[in-house]
Amino acid sequence: MSGYRPFIGLEIHVELATKSKMFCGCCADHFHKEPNTQTCPVCLGLPGALPVPNKKAIDWTVFLGLVLGCRINKHSYFERKQYFYPDLPKGFQISQYERPFCFKGWFDEVNITRVHLEEDTGKLIHRKIEGEKVTLIDFNRCGVPLVEIVTEPEIKSAEHAKEWLKKLQRVIRSLSISDCDMEKGSMRLEANVSVSKNGKLPSYKVELKNINSFRFVEKAIEFEIQRQTELFEKGQKIEQETRGFESDKGVTYLQRSKEEAFEYRYFPEPDIPPIVFTDGELDKIRKQIPELPEEKRQRFVKEYSLNEQEADYFVSNPSAAQYFEVLYLEKNFNLDFRETARLIINKKIDWENISPADFKAEVAVLQEGGLSDQVELAKAAKIVVDGNPKAVADYRKGKTNAVGFLVGQMMQKTKVDPNLARQELLKILE
Amino acid sequence: MDIVDNSIRETVDLFKKRKISCQEIVRACFERIEKYNLSINAYLTLNKEQALKKAQDVDNNRVKGRELPPLAGIPVALKDIYSTKNLRTTAASKIIDNYLPAYSATVVQKLESVGAIIMGKVNCDAFAHGATGENSDFGSVKNPWDLEYVAGGSSGGSAAAVAFGGCLMAMGTDTGGSIRNPASYCNLVGLKPTYGRVSRSGVISMGSSLDSMGHLTRTVEDCALVLSVTAGYDPLDATSSRKPVDFYLQDLSHPAIKGLKIGLPQEYFGRELNPEIKTLILKAAQQFTDLGAEVDEVSLPNTAYTIPVYYLIMSSEVSANLARFDGIRFGHAREMFGEEAKRRIMLGTFALSAGYYDAYYLRASKVRTLLRQDFEKAFAKFDALLAPVVPIKPRKIGEKEQEKLKLYLEDYVTGPVNLAGLPALALPCGFWHNIPMGMQLIGPQFSEKKLFEVGQAYQDVTDWHLKRPPLVEEMG
Repeated sequence: MSGYRPFIGLEIHVELATKSKMFCGCCADHFHKEPNTQTCPVCLGLPGALPVPNKKAIDWTVFLGLVLGCRINKHSYFERKQYFYPDLPKGFQISQYERPFCFKGWFDEVNITRVHLEEDTGKLIHRKIEGEKVTLIDFNRCGVPLVEIVTEPEIKSAEHAKEWLKKLQRVIRSLSISDCDMEKGSMRLEANVSVSKNGKLPSYKVELKNINSFRFVEKAIEFEIQRQTELFEKGQKIEQETRGFESDKGVTYLQRSKEEAFEYRYFPEPDIPPIVFTDGELDKIRKQIPELPEEKRQRFVKEYSLNEQEADYFVSNPSAAQYFEVLYLEKNFNLDFRETARLIINKKIDWENISPADFKAEVAVLQEGGLSDQVELAKAAKIVVDGNPKAVADYRKGKTNAVGFLVGQMMQKTKVDPNLARQELLKILE
Repeated sequence: MDIVDNSIRETVDLFKKRKISCQEIVRACFERIEKYNLSINAYLTLNKEQALKKAQDVDNNRVKGRELPPLAGIPVALKDIYSTKNLRTTAASKIIDNYLPAYSATVVQKLESVGAIIMGKVNCDAFAHGATGENSDFGSVKNPWDLEYVAGGSSGGSAAAVAFGGCLMAMGTDTGGSIRNPASYCNLVGLKPTYGRVSRSGVISMGSSLDSMGHLTRTVEDCALVLSVTAGYDPLDATSSRKPVDFYLQDLSHPAIKGLKIGLPQEYFGRELNPEIKTLILKAAQQFTDLGAEVDEVSLPNTAYTIPVYYLIMSSEVSANLARFDGIRFGHAREMFGEEAKRRIMLGTFALSAGYYDAYYLRASKVRTLLRQDFEKAFAKFDALLAPVVPIKPRKIGEKEQEKLKLYLEDYVTGPVNLAGLPALALPCGFWHNIPMGMQLIGPQFSEKKLFEVGQAYQDVTDWHLKRPPLVEEMG
C-alpha cells in the first residue's frame, strides 16, 4: 500500500428536528409512526398542491452554516432535482444546487464545500403479503427537512473520517437542531473515496452510500482504500461509481456505474420565491452562535473563574466547551465550575461518550463512590443497559442469569448495593 | 333569452327583489346544459345533486331574511383543472379520468364560502395545453356562436358554458392566453390577473411561473365582483401576494378615463395581425379617444422573442410538473398522456438537460427579464396598453391539426403578459363575420382596478357584450 494516498470527502445528511415538515404543516417527527398518517396533499405530491417553505428550517440551516464557518448566500433559492423513484411523489426533490444557503466553511481542520437544505423522501417497505412480494410506500418521512453537508476531499484516513464525523455530530446536537440519531436515520453518512499515487486529487471518485454508523463508515472506507489500491497495483483503471456497504461481510459492492448516473435537470423551483437575507436577519442568527476565540477565553476566565490554561483548553476544543456549557443549562447542575472543568480536561469522565444528562450521575459515582439518589441510580442502570445490548438481548431471550453480568457492570461503575442495582436493572428490562 | 342569460349583477338584483329563486336559476341552467351540452361538449362532470341542495339552502336562508354573501346562489363552472374535493377532476386528460381529489383548490373554497353554486367541471385542452379547446381527451369544445368553430382555449369549456347559459361565471386558467383567447371567441369578459393576485393552490399546475387563476363573465362589472372574491394572499401558495386587495367595484359607476394614456404596442399590429381584426381594435382605440383617453403608439422591442422564450420556460416547467402523474398513487400509467403533453414533456426535458440548459432554459430566463423591462418602460409613459387577443381569423374545428407550430406562434400577443406577470382584461369589441372578437387591456402589476374602470367605460358606450349567441336568442 505504500505510496498511495487516499482522498476522502464526506456527505452528511441530517434531518432537522423542526415541528413541521419542510414545505407543509405535517408533523416532521416520523419515527415509529403508523405509516401514511402524517401526510397531506403537499407532501403526497397531489396535483395542484404547492410547497410553502418552513422558515425555521431555513434559519437553522443558516445557523448551522455559520457555526461551521460558512459564508452565507444572502440571495438564495430552491431548485428542482428531477429523477423518478416511487418514494419521491412529485418526480422531483426540492433541493438546492447553484446557490446553497451556506458555502466555503471550515470545521475542525476540514474545509466545508457547502451546506444546503432539501426535503427527505418517503420510505419503501418490501414485504410479502399473501405469498406475493409487494412494495409498500410510507410517505410519513416525505418532506421532512434535510440538511446536506459536503466536505472537500481532505479527510486523511478512515479513522479520521470517523473521528471528524463524531465531532460534527456532537456540535449539531449541541445546537439542538437535530438529534443526529444514526439508528433513526436522522443522520446519514456517505463518503467519496479515491486513491492517488502522485499525491494529486484523482479525476474519479467512488461514492459509498447507505452507511448507518461511524464504525461502518470507517470499515467501508478502509475496505475501499484497500480495494482501489489493489486494483491500481494490478494496473487496472478505477471507474467512477456508486457502491453500497454490506456490514455483515465488511465489503463494498457496486450499486450504480457511471453510465447509469442520473441526469437531474436542476432548475429553479418556480413555486417558491427566492430567499433573501438582510444583514439584520443574519446578525440575529449570528448572535446565537459561539463567540470568537479571544472573547471566549476571556469569558471563560471571568464567568467560570477558570485559569488561563483551562480557558485555553476550551477555546481550542469547541466541543468540550459546548459540552461544559450545556451542563450548566440545567438548573440543578450545581457542581463547582473548576471541578467540572477539570473532570472534562483530564478526561476523568469519558464525556465524549456520555450525554450531558448523564454526566451528573458519573460525577456522583466519582465523588461519593456511590449513588446519591434514586434518579441517578436509574440513570446509571440505563447507561449499563444501553451499553450492553448483547446481555440485554440474552436476558430477554430467557437467559435470566445475564442480569448478573449487568449488575457486575453497574457495580464497577457505581459501587452500589448489588440488590439495588438488580432492582433498578430489572425495572428497565421488564 | 332567459334568466340564465343575465349578468351576475342583474341576477343578484332579481334575487333581492324576490323575482326569481336560486333553485329556479340553477334548474334553468341545468336545462340549458341538457339541451346544448351534448353538441357543445362544455361540461365533463355535473355536480347536479349537490348544486340543487345548495340552491335550496340559499333559498331557505333568503326566506329567513339572512344577509347573503356576494355570490349566493350564482351558478358557476370550474375548468376541470381546479381540484374539487370528492368531485372528479380530470384536467381533460384520460391519464386521471378516475381521479377524486382529497381537497379543493383555494379558489373553489373561496367561491363556495360566498355561496356560489358549483354546477360542474368543464372541458379544456388537456392539462391546459392548447389554444383551441380541441386538445381534450374527451373531445373538442364547440363554439356556441357557431358549432363549426372552436370555442378557443385552453379554457374553452369555461367560455362555452357561460356563452350558452350553462352558468353565469366560469373559472379558467391563463398560462399564455388561455382565458383571454376563449373569452374573445365567445363574446365574454376574461381576466388574467396579476401573477400572485389569486392563489394557485389546488389548481393542477402547467407552467408554475406563468399560471394565473382568472375567470370569464358577461360584463366587466361581474368580472370585478368575482375578483373581489378570489383575490388575496393564501398561506398555501408561497407565490401569492400579501398586497391588500383593492375595492374593485368602488369606482365602476363613474369610471374615470379622461386623460388616461393608452398605448398601442406597434409590434402587436404588424403584418402577422389579420387586417380585419386590426380594424376592429383600432376602432376600439378611437372610441377610447372619444371618451377622453390619449392613445398613442408604443414599442415593446423584444416581442419577437416571446414565442421561443415562452415555449422553453413553459415546457421546462411542464416537464417537471407532469412528473407526478406516474400512476402510483392515482390515475393511470404515463403512456396515457396525450400527444401534446408528451411533446411538451420532451421539449422541456431537452431544454433542461445538461449541455443544453445554458443555451435554452437559462437564456430564455434572461430574455424574459428583457421582455419584462419592455413593459416597465412602456408603463412609465402609459397607464394601459390596448392589444388584440386572437391575431388570426377564427379557426374552425379540425383546422389546427396540420399546423402545430403556426398555432404556437399565435400566442405572441397573449404570452408576453404571462412572462411579465401582468394583469390583462379581455373584452368583446366586435365580430369577425359571425364570430365574436375581443381585445385586451394590459396594465402594470396589480392594476386590475384601473383595467376594470377602462373596460367599464368602454362597455358603458358599447353593446357588444350584450349580444348572445343565436341559439340563445332564438329561444325567445
